[in-house]
Amino acid sequence: METNIFQYEFIIKGLLGAVFASITAGLAGTYIVSRRMVFLSGGITHASFGGIGIGYFAGINPIAGAAVFGILSALGVEYLSVKQKIREDSAIGILWAFGMATGIIFIYITPGYTPDLMSYLFGSILTVTNADILALGIMSVVLILYFGFFYRTILYISFDEVFARTYSSYVDIFKYITTSLMALTIVLNIRMAGVVLVISLLTIPPNIAMLFTKVYFKIVIWSILAGFAGTATGYVISYFAGIPVGATIIFTLVIIWIVAKGINQLTRKTQVEKTLAV
Amino acid sequence: MAYLFEMQSLSASYGANTVLQDVNLKVVEDDFIGVIGPNGGGKTTLLRVILGLLKPVKGKIVFNKELINSNRIGYLPQISTGDVNYPVTVADIVLSGLMIQKRIISRMSSADKKKAEMVLEELGLTEMAGSMINELSGGQVQRVFLGRAIIGDPKLLLLDEPGNFVDTTFENDFYEKLRVLNSRMAILMVSHDVGTISAHIKSFACVNRSLHYHPSHEITNDDLLAYGCPIQLITHGVLPHTVLKYHK
Repeated sequence: METNIFQYEFIIKGLLGAVFASITAGLAGTYIVSRRMVFLSGGITHASFGGIGIGYFAGINPIAGAAVFGILSALGVEYLSVKQKIREDSAIGILWAFGMATGIIFIYITPGYTPDLMSYLFGSILTVTNADILALGIMSVVLILYFGFFYRTILYISFDEVFARTYSSYVDIFKYITTSLMALTIVLNIRMAGVVLVISLLTIPPNIAMLFTKVYFKIVIWSILAGFAGTATGYVISYFAGIPVGATIIFTLVIIWIVAKGINQLTRKTQVEKTLAV
Repeated sequence: MAYLFEMQSLSASYGANTVLQDVNLKVVEDDFIGVIGPNGGGKTTLLRVILGLLKPVKGKIVFNKELINSNRIGYLPQISTGDVNYPVTVADIVLSGLMIQKRIISRMSSADKKKAEMVLEELGLTEMAGSMINELSGGQVQRVFLGRAIIGDPKLLLLDEPGNFVDTTFENDFYEKLRVLNSRMAILMVSHDVGTISAHIKSFACVNRSLHYHPSHEITNDDLLAYGCPIQLITHGVLPHTVLKYHK
């Protein structure tokens, strides 16, 4: 009986986690991929590992530490690239390694029990707490409201920032807010997919969606669906095969992407043949 | 004719580098001014000052508030600054020109969409409304961005080297469109090509750190005296041309 309840809870938690991860990753991922911020996002993710280490050392929630690190590094890179005092890709590269180094040092010097590093690096559904799910749920609502209210404003600033500056003095504020939300989304998804893999959770679904549509909000919708398909399938496989969930999800997503790409190529080829035959 | 804006002894600089010095310029409602001058002479900077993107370090720019404010200026940037692979349709790009009045919004009204349809039709882009700009030719892209610039019915249209988009077959058509638009709005067109410029232009401003304004195509004998020696102008055939008054 107890086992059943445990399993039931486990399934509900997994399902909710998959739904919220797909929604947040779909919304954030479409923004990141469209704005070509994939490398920046990778940097933010790895920088936030420093926050995880410090969180452990100071005895606070490591994800809270990661959130602070993630947002600060995101804002820092955006700010530096605006000021153009430093090459953006170099800044990201430095931040990337610095975060990892800080994380490892602080976890190493934390006295007593050494935490399960692997679960943070590669994700683990077993360590996902109810609070994590709740945080992802809140994040989903926040992102839906944010993109719902400011859809065109965000779209136009991302598309042509230079032109947007001719009509709006809010460009920087929007960029900073959106980038912070992206950083927060990444950090909250670290529990699901881990530091090393989370970036794929955000970038593969939009790339699957973009094979079939080029309209922004449709990309978001299809990303969420593709993300959910990959995450849910990954869960099931991971559960029955007993392999790490983060890696399984990413592996599944890549398979979906390859299949979608193949279908896309084939249909395009038939279209060309049809056109030529006419 | 009422003026739209006036620059009074205006200087602008990037750091220690003065790009515009002591510029005076008055633009009225039906002006079609060609802004010419060498690269790096300050032509784009002039537009940036008008758009409010760069604050003058000296002097000022005064707008006729009854006719114009910052949200009644249409702007066609030098090169397409937008990301051509960004997932946004031609219709959406044209609609984004309305942001100049709305500033922050989520949705466009059906009146806005109607307006975009009209602009697309005027520019011959109706069939491309749902396309991405990476599917269009250079001339079509130029028209999309022109559409974005004029959808808000601006009183002043700023064009930064529109010839850069190339597509010569379309160029003539493009200048004809500008001539039609000029009946509704003043146009300030930057061109780095000092040799040739559209015949529709009514007056010229030569910009090379300082600005010299030539009010019309006409040239008088007095103007020729500026050369300091007796000279005559020689042309063959029927080439249309404009002789601008001498300045340093």
